[in-house]
Amino acid sequence: MEPIKKFTGRMAPLPINDIDTDQIIPARFLKTTDKNGLGAAAFSDWRYNADGSPNPDFVLNKPEYQGASILVGGNNFGCGSSREHAPWALTGAGFKAVISTYFADIFRNNALKNGLLPVVVDPETHQQLISLAEEDPATEIMVDLESQTVTLPDGRAVTFPIDAFSKHCLLNGVDQLGYLLSLEDEIAAFEAAHPPRVQTTLTLG
Amino acid sequence: MASEVKAQRPRTLFEKVWANHEVRPQTKDLPAVLYIDLHLVHEVTSPQAFSELRARGLKVRRPTQTLATMDHSTPTTPRNDQGIIPVLDMQAAAQLDVMRKNAADFGIPLFDLGTANQGIVHVIGPEQGLTQPGMTIVCGDSHTSTHGAFGALAFGIGTSEVAHVLATQCLIQNKPKTMAIRVDGRLGPGVTAKDIILAIIAKIGVGGGTGYVVEYMGEAIRSLSMEGRMTICNMSIEGGARAGMVAPDDTTFEYIAGRPAAPKGEAWDRAVAQWRELPTDEGATFDAEVTLDANELEPMITYGTNPGMGMPITGYIPDPDQERDPSKKLALDKALRYMDLRPNEPLLGKKIDVVFVGSCTNSRISDLREAARMIQGRKVAEGVRMMVVPGSQQVKRQAEAEGLHEIFKAAGAEWREAGCSMCIAMNGDQLQPGQYAVSTSNRNFEGRQGKGGRTFLASPLTAVATAINGVITDPREMMEMAY
Repeated sequence: MEPIKKFTGRMAPLPINDIDTDQIIPARFLKTTDKNGLGAAAFSDWRYNADGSPNPDFVLNKPEYQGASILVGGNNFGCGSSREHAPWALTGAGFKAVISTYFADIFRNNALKNGLLPVVVDPETHQQLISLAEEDPATEIMVDLESQTVTLPDGRAVTFPIDAFSKHCLLNGVDQLGYLLSLEDEIAAFEAAHPPRVQTTLTLG
Repeated sequence: MASEVKAQRPRTLFEKVWANHEVRPQTKDLPAVLYIDLHLVHEVTSPQAFSELRARGLKVRRPTQTLATMDHSTPTTPRNDQGIIPVLDMQAAAQLDVMRKNAADFGIPLFDLGTANQGIVHVIGPEQGLTQPGMTIVCGDSHTSTHGAFGALAFGIGTSEVAHVLATQCLIQNKPKTMAIRVDGRLGPGVTAKDIILAIIAKIGVGGGTGYVVEYMGEAIRSLSMEGRMTICNMSIEGGARAGMVAPDDTTFEYIAGRPAAPKGEAWDRAVAQWRELPTDEGATFDAEVTLDANELEPMITYGTNPGMGMPITGYIPDPDQERDPSKKLALDKALRYMDLRPNEPLLGKKIDVVFVGSCTNSRISDLREAARMIQGRKVAEGVRMMVVPGSQQVKRQAEAEGLHEIFKAAGAEWREAGCSMCIAMNGDQLQPGQYAVSTSNRNFEGRQGKGGRTFLASPLTAVATAINGVITDPREMMEMAY
């Protein structure tokens, strides 16, 4: 995974509460066995008309929001299913961060493992960012993971929370599976002290 | 004596299960590393995880603590002359082949499509006795919360985490907060576990449980069957909570006893003794508490496009103009537009096109018995399509042994093979644009049951009563007993 440190980008405003992962990527696109190529399916049911043509009213189809790398969603972004296809679709569509007032737990975890930064800001800042993005789509903000700040055009820097481990992994491109594998001795010791609770082979009769 | 004091501190069910599985406790800088007792796998969220293992040359650490099934992208259409369920969707067929290859290459037991034990991942775990109190259980599926009904800590994970568990049997986790949801009182006739959970979600909202593990308690929860408790825990995620739990008791132990993976003989006695230690200690505290009175509950139904937009079936659709919070007003407006519903109108009497009885929420044998009892001797209304989809091949066989399938078929309903079916609409079972469905499933998101389809979530009783009348119906009207 590529490290994330600091980037500047334009925002696409999608100020709808409780955007669920079925909207981010509908289930019919989940028959793939690959994680690449899902960008075109992001927000498919909102983004395309019944005949497959782009819906001109949807934010991602508007010329002024092309190339936006920061999605500003409504409260409780990413609720619903555990599909990691949601962050795969968003990164595939060119997003590096999503900003909301809070994220659903599983979506946040999945995003952090795919270099998609879930940025939580207070409701006032959230509203300000939406207004900025709607009034002037060319507005750029800076996201700095090291200092955990979003810098607005007026120079105001707003901090956002992130757990120390996820931050370390994102800044250094550390992969979390590698960390778990490095704990082999501790895992083996735990297993030695705790015999398996179940044997799935018992179900085979 | 500090350690003695610490050992005496009252703990919640969740805290006990968590502590028993810490390979590494959480510190200021590092999340906990949690050991996983059981990993359930299905075809949709696992292929990329197995690819990751292959790319790194890794094995599955504990294949015998892992079980794979096929449920999401599988058709539920009848078997052909050879007894095979044909998969006509080439992409789904390819995905199922990948599941077969992964299970074979990595030595994981697989319940293949149409075989004796295949079914929805959250139905088969309990059915096989794999789901037991005090365990940690994960699956690349948000409804893994279902297994919490047994006093297990069970939650959905993403595909990266599926790879973590396959390779190390562990997960990196930050400890969640705890929420107690107490449901006192007793349910009236026609009011079910599904109505309890829909009422809870309507109360706390779809984000209300975010960051929490919920423990459901109180008289109304205690008096539920295991299947009712599973229905409740199943939809914890619809309130934002990754996991929901119910303390194990005799109802739990009776359900598990004798199942294929349950402990036997002396091991059973030892296990039950340990399980009796799990319930939340007197005096333990939660980070948040919510209460509900079962006596006041009515059958519930959703009117909007998330499971929090629910109301008593006798209620009236809320008016966005009465909503003070602008973002909530916007959401309600958008939902009613999608649903093509008008504020201040009732849902009772609303014409519907499809009734779906199934999904990991409500496809177990007790759900089907309840549905059959109500539809026996009656007919599905003209112009309504009713599908009954058992949660597993075992449920299907049991239902057929009891003749339930004949009751459904005589009423004009479709009797299908086991799978997720129209809950997720990625397997051929789906609504047409604009259609209205009353569904016993768990999500009414836009397009969830088919692009442009509109879903009302409700209990099996409400679904069946609605199928019979062809319009949304209060199931209490159709019940023999007075209320």
